[in-house]
Amino acid sequence: MNIWIEQQRALIDFTLASLARRKARNLGLLAVYTLLVFVLASVALFSHALRHEATRVLADAPEIVLQRLVAGRHDLIPPGYLEKIGNIRGVQKMEGRLWGYYYDPVIKANYTFMVPSAGGVERGTIVIGAALERVRGLALETGISFRAYSGKLYSFVVADILPHDSELVSADLVLMHEDDFRTFFEFPAGHYTDIALAVANPQEVRNIAAKLAAALPDSRPILREEMLRTYASIFAWREGIVLAILSGAILAFAILAWDKAAGLSAEEKREIGILKAIGWETGDVIRMKIWEGVLISLTAFLVGYVAAYLHVFRGGGVLFEPVLKGWAVLYPRFQLAPEIDGLAVATLFFFTVVPYTAAVLVPIWRAATTDPDAVMR
Amino acid sequence: MNHRPARLVLPLLAVALAGFAMSFVDAALLRERHAVRIEASHALAKRLELTDIALFTEARYTRHPSQADLHAPFQDHPLALEHFPTGSLIAPPRHEYLDRTTARAD
Repeated sequence: MNIWIEQQRALIDFTLASLARRKARNLGLLAVYTLLVFVLASVALFSHALRHEATRVLADAPEIVLQRLVAGRHDLIPPGYLEKIGNIRGVQKMEGRLWGYYYDPVIKANYTFMVPSAGGVERGTIVIGAALERVRGLALETGISFRAYSGKLYSFVVADILPHDSELVSADLVLMHEDDFRTFFEFPAGHYTDIALAVANPQEVRNIAAKLAAALPDSRPILREEMLRTYASIFAWREGIVLAILSGAILAFAILAWDKAAGLSAEEKREIGILKAIGWETGDVIRMKIWEGVLISLTAFLVGYVAAYLHVFRGGGVLFEPVLKGWAVLYPRFQLAPEIDGLAVATLFFFTVVPYTAAVLVPIWRAATTDPDAVMR
Repeated sequence: MNHRPARLVLPLLAVALAGFAMSFVDAALLRERHAVRIEASHALAKRLELTDIALFTEARYTRHPSQADLHAPFQDHPLALEHFPTGSLIAPPRHEYLDRTTARAD
């Protein structure tokens, strides 16, 4: 066993000395390789963590949200709808939700105005999300005025600020009393934005949604399952877009790596010829080249992955921030919980280490099995 | 020149390997710390019956993608193109197509 270890160490020594002879070329390759692993791993870690977070946070979202459509557009729920739904068997709880958007020209941002169904906000006061507090420079007990779409100005006092910990769901929220909401938006009495439903038996959600669609043909039920699936697909799509943009770089690297690994230079061929002439066996030459492939690709994978981990979970994914922010002024500050997809890491490992090591082997096998005299000429 | 470069490189590789292993330990520790924050968001989303996360607040169909319909980004005028960069970065909502019965055959 000791002899075997000593032999491998000698082979590694030889490989490293051989790599050091073409230092600039090999270091350049290692740097590009590491950078590519870093970008791919960052995308995979970021998307998976965000997907996981969205699924956990929205796990108890309303089971069904019922919207009404008029001429293909979302419209208000008129009085009488709740009564019709009440007749459908299996509906355990239903609540008209009041929410809407408000564009604030001061900071050019959209807020989500909402009435909490459980109440808890006094008239004339509002409870705001942490991003809003930050961007508008608000504090507790300070006043703020909003110009309604009717042109009238309404003033509110900030009674509370939603916890910073929940910024991912509440960054732009403005919670207010129902009466204030209806006055501000001139919302007709008895109308709602949509309806949230709870179903007695979770197995029956789809049946009830079908019954709702049949009883109220102008409505559109949205299931919780769809909301969660939307988020799963949003981040899968985003991951795909980044990969599509990166595909050019990935292909360029594949060509570079293939050229480096598969095409032997005359110098390398001569080196193999000399090694064989002085008594190296074909197996030794191949083992040496395997070490070369493993050392380069494993280093690139390990350094690239660890850098990606630090970038996403310790550095807040600073490189992705501009892409994520879009044109939004209000953007939640959050640090993702590091949910790591083991399968994705294993796949990344497989596709970075194995192909390069394999690509190194093919030409070496050809060169190492030919006559040293022919190779050296 | 160092005649045994493996003496330098192998420990460096071991450090990188340890860094890789440490990232999983660090992730487990961070997850515990984040559990409180996620639970706070979860509780708020449940209490306020929220349906979406506030990642993209620039337009109504990006603020609440799960509540938007497939064509929401293109409704502003005929032949409208999508205005917001987020629209091309996020997928359309994955709505269920429920069977609706009609009184007459279609």
